This record gives sequence, C-alpha cells and structure tokens, in this order.
Amino acid sequence: MHSNKKEYARFLLDSIHREIDRPITVMEVCGTHTVSIARSGLRELLPEQMQLLSGPGCPVCVTDDLDLDMVMALSRQEGIILATFGDMMRVPGTESTLQQEKSKGADVRVVYSPTDALQLASENPDLQVVFLGVGFETTTPVVAAALDQAVQLGLKNFSVFSLHKLVPPIMRALLEDPEVKLDAFINPGHVCTILGTEPFRFIAEEYGKPCVVAGFEAADILEALLMIVRQYREGRPAVEIQYKRAVRPEGNPVAVGFIEKYFQPVDARWRGIGMVAESGLDLRDEYAQFDAKKRFPLDIQPGVRRKKCSCGEVLKGLKLPYQCPLFGKACTPAKPVGPCMVSTEGSCAAYYRYGRKKAGVSS
Amino acid sequence: MCLAIPSKILKIKGQMAEVDIGGNVKEVNIMLTPEAKVGDYVLLHAGYAIQVIDEKAANEIFEAWEEAYNALQ
Ligand code: SF4
Repeated sequence: MHSNKKEYARFLLDSIHREIDRPITVMEVCGTHTVSIARSGLRELLPEQMQLLSGPGCPVCVTDDLDLDMVMALSRQEGIILATFGDMMRVPGTESTLQQEKSKGADVRVVYSPTDALQLASENPDLQVVFLGVGFETTTPVVAAALDQAVQLGLKNFSVFSLHKLVPPIMRALLEDPEVKLDAFINPGHVCTILGTEPFRFIAEEYGKPCVVAGFEAADILEALLMIVRQYREGRPAVEIQYKRAVRPEGNPVAVGFIEKYFQPVDARWRGIGMVAESGLDLRDEYAQFDAKKRFPLDIQPGVRRKKCSCGEVLKGLKLPYQCPLFGKACTPAKPVGPCMVSTEGSCAAYYRYGRKKAGVSS
Repeated sequence: MCLAIPSKILKIKGQMAEVDIGGNVKEVNIMLTPEAKVGDYVLLHAGYAIQVIDEKAANEIFEAWEEAYNALQ
C-alpha cells in the first residue's frame, strides 16, 4: 500500500475503534474478500466488538460433492469433452476429483473462458463438449453469453452442465438459520457489478441488517466496516456501495438480461449447507438441447459424503477453519480434504496461507 | 473466482474487442457491455467485459488487483 493509503487505513481503523458502540458480527460473502482480509491481517486490528466471518463466498467451495459425482460420471462417458475452469480440477466429490478422472483417461480440459469451450466444440464436431458451469452472478452472464453464441452458431455439440448458484437466496438462508448469528454483510463486489443493489434490499428492509458492497483492498474493506458501524449508530440499515469504482446501483442490466434469457432459478444443493430453495440456476426448458443434464441423463447412485470435513460449518461462519480437526493436519492445500482448502479463495486455504501462526497451528 | 480485471478497449470488431490489460493485448467479448466504445475502460471476467468503468476507477482497481493477484501467487 502507498503511504497515504496506509494513513487512510489507519484513520479508518481509528474511526471504527472510536465509533463502534455495540458488538457487530460481519460476514463477507466473497472469496476475494476472504483472501484480502486474511492476507492483510485485518482481523487482529479490529476492535474486539467486531467479528469478521467468512461466508459461502467461493463458488468452488459451495459445489456439492454429489453434484460433482455426476459431473465426473459424465466425464467418463465416451465421446465427451468436459471443459471446466481450472479451479474445479482438484475439488473432491465423494470419491474422486476431475484431475483423477483425467489421469484415468477422461477427456477433461481446463479452459479460461466459456469461449474456449465453444472453440473446442467447433474444432471437434464428432465429440460433445460439455462446459461445467460454476459460479455466482459474476460468472453466469458470461456463460449465458456463450450460450447465446452457441445458439447463433447453431452448435449441435455444445452444452452446459449448470451448477450456477445465486447469492441473494443463500444470504436469506443464512439470515433464516437460527444457528447463524450475523449483524451485517460485506457484499461481494463483482456480483454486485452485475446485480446492483436492488436484489439485496430485503436484507436491510426485512431483516434490518446493513449490507455494504465493498472493493478488495484493505482500505476498501475498512471503509465498508465503518459504514456498517455508522448504519448501526444511526439506526438506518441500508444497502450501500463503498465500491463505487465498479458498482452502479442498477448493476449491468444487459448482463442480467442474458442470465434471465437462458437460466431459471431452481432449488440447489450447497456443500455442507444442503438444499436451498431457488438458489441455483438451470437452463430454461427452451434451451434443453444445450442443457447437459437433459441431454446426458445419468443414472448414478449417490455417493457417501465425507463426514469429517467441517466445510459446511465453515461456510456458515459457525466454525473458523482452524477449529476443524483436520485443518493443517490431514487437510492442507497440497492434500485438500474439502473444497475450502482447494480453492485459493476458500476460507480454509486463506487461513492456512496467512493465519497459521496467529491461530497457533503449526504447519 | 469472481475476480474481474480492468482493461482499455483499443479496437472493436463486432462482438469482439482488442483490449490492453496492463500492457498485454488480448481479444475479449463485449456483448455484455454493448455501450462500450474504443478508449473506454471495461472490467473483464472470464474473457468477457462485464462493466464499463471510468479511467480513474480502472487505475485504482488495477492496483488493487495487482495486490490481490500477488497474494494468490
Ligand atoms: S480444513 Fe479441510 S476438512 Fe476442515 S473444513 Fe476446511 S476444507 Fe474441510
């Protein structure tokens, strides 16, 4: 950080210490925030009354193992190329990972963009290219745009296996969960670049809790925390934007339009949390020919979930990563047991990387 | 995974644009930001522009992004 930024961060921190007048537990719902908070050591600098929890903010970490089992079963089928973002390769299903399937001969390709999957489809007319659609509202419009291109091109060998998740419904589910105690949210910056603030208004209006859309620097997060403190002091919970650089109140309506054109809300499984109503997206029936779930129906028995991973509790903010008995022992980034340790943006990986000493865990 | 990075549009050809990302030139899709013009700054995610932003915002985000990116390396 530049020195003036450092000074500004110091000023924000002092203001938070001075102004906080009640205990406030804040959850961040974005993996990039999780990394930024862990890395900057912010937690240690905040007043004791302020607690920061990491929520289900990483689309990789929330992908359910049973859903992944289906994806892997599909990848084993003849004539299928499974295209996926690299983050998903090492995420464990109940028994295997895409990486292991690949080493056993499945045709799994890592792509950087769904466009690359379209390219693969045009280059391999005799094979079926299935794109594994994971991600929140930041990523879904991009996949919808690729679907739009596939429709325009009349591609017959491209489909999407949608495991996309929606952020507002999971925030509602957390607010409704009697075990989860939360006073405010730091909203995911780039999800809000797409959605704007409207879909989050219910949090302030129905639940009376502040929500601030924050950028990704330590100073951004501090500014957002100060905004939360002030909302409480002034008794006016609201959705506010700290990350004005990239977020407009109306979001990106064109991108939202693409999501709505191709996808419809469905109940979805979140790892460790379970089924959450209308919290995922499947392709609309009109586009069934691009829907891998419809085109390649799978008949697989549900696997048995690993019990010992505490990902579910970590994702709900009920446990800190180092309270998981496997953390740093059986489960490390080199040998991850749960997805929260696989993804660089997973809470466990972020704590492992930046917080081991403070947590008193040796490596 | 929701990281988005700023870039500057150099050329537009239909749905595609050539952008400058911190000195590297790349082709990206701009169908989600139809209002984007040459010279505009856009946020990129997975090969697509997802929002038009102003230059000052782009520079600030670029700095933040470098910090975050270094942190992940
Ligand atoms: S440390 Fe590993 S096993 Fe424990 S909750 Fe995190 S990812 Fe799961």
